[in-house]
Amino acid sequence: MDTDDEFMSTVSSEEDMLPDDSDNDLSGVDDFGFDDEPDPDLDIHHDIGQKKRAPYDVKFTVYQPQDIQQQQDVLVNEVNMILDISKEEAAILLRYFRWNKERLLEDYMDRPNQVLEAAGLSQTTSDPPKLEVIPGFCCDICCEDEGGLQSFALKCGHRFCVDCYRHYLGQKIREEGEAARIQCPAEGCNIIIDARSLDLLVTAELTERYHKLLNRTYVEDKETLKWCPAPDCQNAIECGIKKKDLPRIVPTVSCLCSHRFCFGCILNDHQPAPCELVKKWLKKCADDSETANWISANTKECPKCNSTIEKNGGCNHMTCRKCKHEFCWMCMGLWSEHGTSWYNCNRFEEKSGTDARDAQAKSRVSLERYLHYYNRYANHEQSARLDKDLYTKTEKKMVQLQKESGMSWIEVQYLSSASMALQTCRQTLMWTYAFAFYLARNNLTEIFEDNQKDLELAVESLSEMFEKPVNELADSKLKVDIMDKTSYCNKRRIILLDDTAQNLAEGLRSLYLSPVWLRIKS
Amino acid sequence: MSSSKRITKELTDCTTTPPPNISITLPSDSNISLWHITLSAPAESVYYPGKFGIIVQFPLEYPFKPPQITFATRIYHPNITNETNGSICLSLLKTDNWKPSTKIVTVLEAIRQLLVEPQPDDPLETRIAEQYKNERKEFEKEARAYVSKYAKGQVKFNVVDGAGAAGEGQQAGRAS
Repeated sequence: MDTDDEFMSTVSSEEDMLPDDSDNDLSGVDDFGFDDEPDPDLDIHHDIGQKKRAPYDVKFTVYQPQDIQQQQDVLVNEVNMILDISKEEAAILLRYFRWNKERLLEDYMDRPNQVLEAAGLSQTTSDPPKLEVIPGFCCDICCEDEGGLQSFALKCGHRFCVDCYRHYLGQKIREEGEAARIQCPAEGCNIIIDARSLDLLVTAELTERYHKLLNRTYVEDKETLKWCPAPDCQNAIECGIKKKDLPRIVPTVSCLCSHRFCFGCILNDHQPAPCELVKKWLKKCADDSETANWISANTKECPKCNSTIEKNGGCNHMTCRKCKHEFCWMCMGLWSEHGTSWYNCNRFEEKSGTDARDAQAKSRVSLERYLHYYNRYANHEQSARLDKDLYTKTEKKMVQLQKESGMSWIEVQYLSSASMALQTCRQTLMWTYAFAFYLARNNLTEIFEDNQKDLELAVESLSEMFEKPVNELADSKLKVDIMDKTSYCNKRRIILLDDTAQNLAEGLRSLYLSPVWLRIKS
Repeated sequence: MSSSKRITKELTDCTTTPPPNISITLPSDSNISLWHITLSAPAESVYYPGKFGIIVQFPLEYPFKPPQITFATRIYHPNITNETNGSICLSLLKTDNWKPSTKIVTVLEAIRQLLVEPQPDDPLETRIAEQYKNERKEFEKEARAYVSKYAKGQVKFNVVDGAGAAGEGQQAGRAS
């Protein structure tokens, strides 16, 4: 455990972990403990989030919408009490300081007026916002001046009619998705509209959207918070991993919705491959650069009409389908000039010929290398996708098994764990191939490849057992085998991740990664 | 419609106390949302004594959305695209920055100021901006050449395609 802790400390603690972050952390967890309606799932996840065992594990916390709201409320209340300003104003100030309370307080103590002005507050008042009818008022936006026109002004005193104000706010919130920085409609005025004034002016539906947007800015403003990218998931995750740590660690986090993703790049879990490598790999796979590679390895252009020709067997005497040009595939020269040396191109030995051949061979080797890794990567990706279908099938299987064999619910859970293990292991395996593609050969690669092979063998054999028909699954020997294999798979995965994560963490010092980075950067 | 009331008021204000160097006409009496502006380049600008046609189109949502402004007269300027109906880059006119209480007079004043003082750090025409920064003499020569070619005499608003094609050879690469 000691070494693990040391590892964690090199990764995160030396980086300026803000003290207030850890405060938030604690308060969030505490709140759960004393919550009126404790949620067992949450506790489990908080546990997972807090343990830091392996070098590939990062510390993280999942927050649900109410937690996010509460964190903001806590900060707003603190600032509200310390600075003796209204809550709405405290919120605006906090947003301006990106929720860095310490900096806010420090700056505010030093030069309150400048801070207020810069944040769009100017001097504060405690009067509640209200609509007014002012005799002789003419709205500067719509130029309406009939009597009895209701109007509103922020502290700056720029007064506009209620209709214009509503229209303005509606457009900002609905169309532009703005919330935290909506200014007074007056030209050149940077006063920010506060939540209380907004509530007074717009419909409940807009207010709700406004508060949603505000919540969003809270998460987006903080580097340590990120939304869970799963569809319809409203949770956010807090993790102290900084951008500059990413070459040395792959911060996989897991949301309460069970979605596992990388905190660094928001893509699905891609351990053990670091983010930059993943980006590079995905780009490579998406590009048709490899198609071009294939073309250059397998085809030549007709020397006369430039049509692309693939030689699919046969002799070197080529006749272009398009322009009927006859040439030699080897030297690309005119076939007629070959004279009697047909089928034995003597220009083949010429330097230009050998150069062309070398270039072609090189391209072919790199293509084959890529395809080797890509096929395995794609295969696991596909299998992982199939595993998702399998998971639903598993649930049916478990029910069926319960009925047929008289096993209890808890006794058939081993199928669920096997299915989970298959999915996560395949996900990992998939990325080991992308990782390996960029890896230079050395002693460590061998260890890596051995680990990879072991995991792959284990996964494939578990997969095979898993697909057995229900009546065989009921067999207690197979059950034990599956359970053993499941835990073996998980163990192999951890060994592989441990090994790569440790080497990654050591970073450029390690023989392991430097060649990779050299390769990537080139 | 609140929008027409506001535009009418602005038009009245602009015609009773016209802003310097600016005259306004409505191409169609029935459409108050389309203005033709003739801007005489200020004496302190390199574009003097050119006269430039500017088309102002007020959107339906005006004044909650900014007016659309194009240059009907070609002009050699870092912040205005080098074409017939050149578009203009003005931070005031961007949706995020636009304030409903901003008046068209302010916008026109900003454009007038842009002729006196181009903003090469925020260019629409990068090549012209580079030239403005590094070879001012060359820039001024070219700008004056454009003025004598396009900005002399009566301002034309309904520019037919090809009318400005004469200067095609000098067309600058457009900022992407």
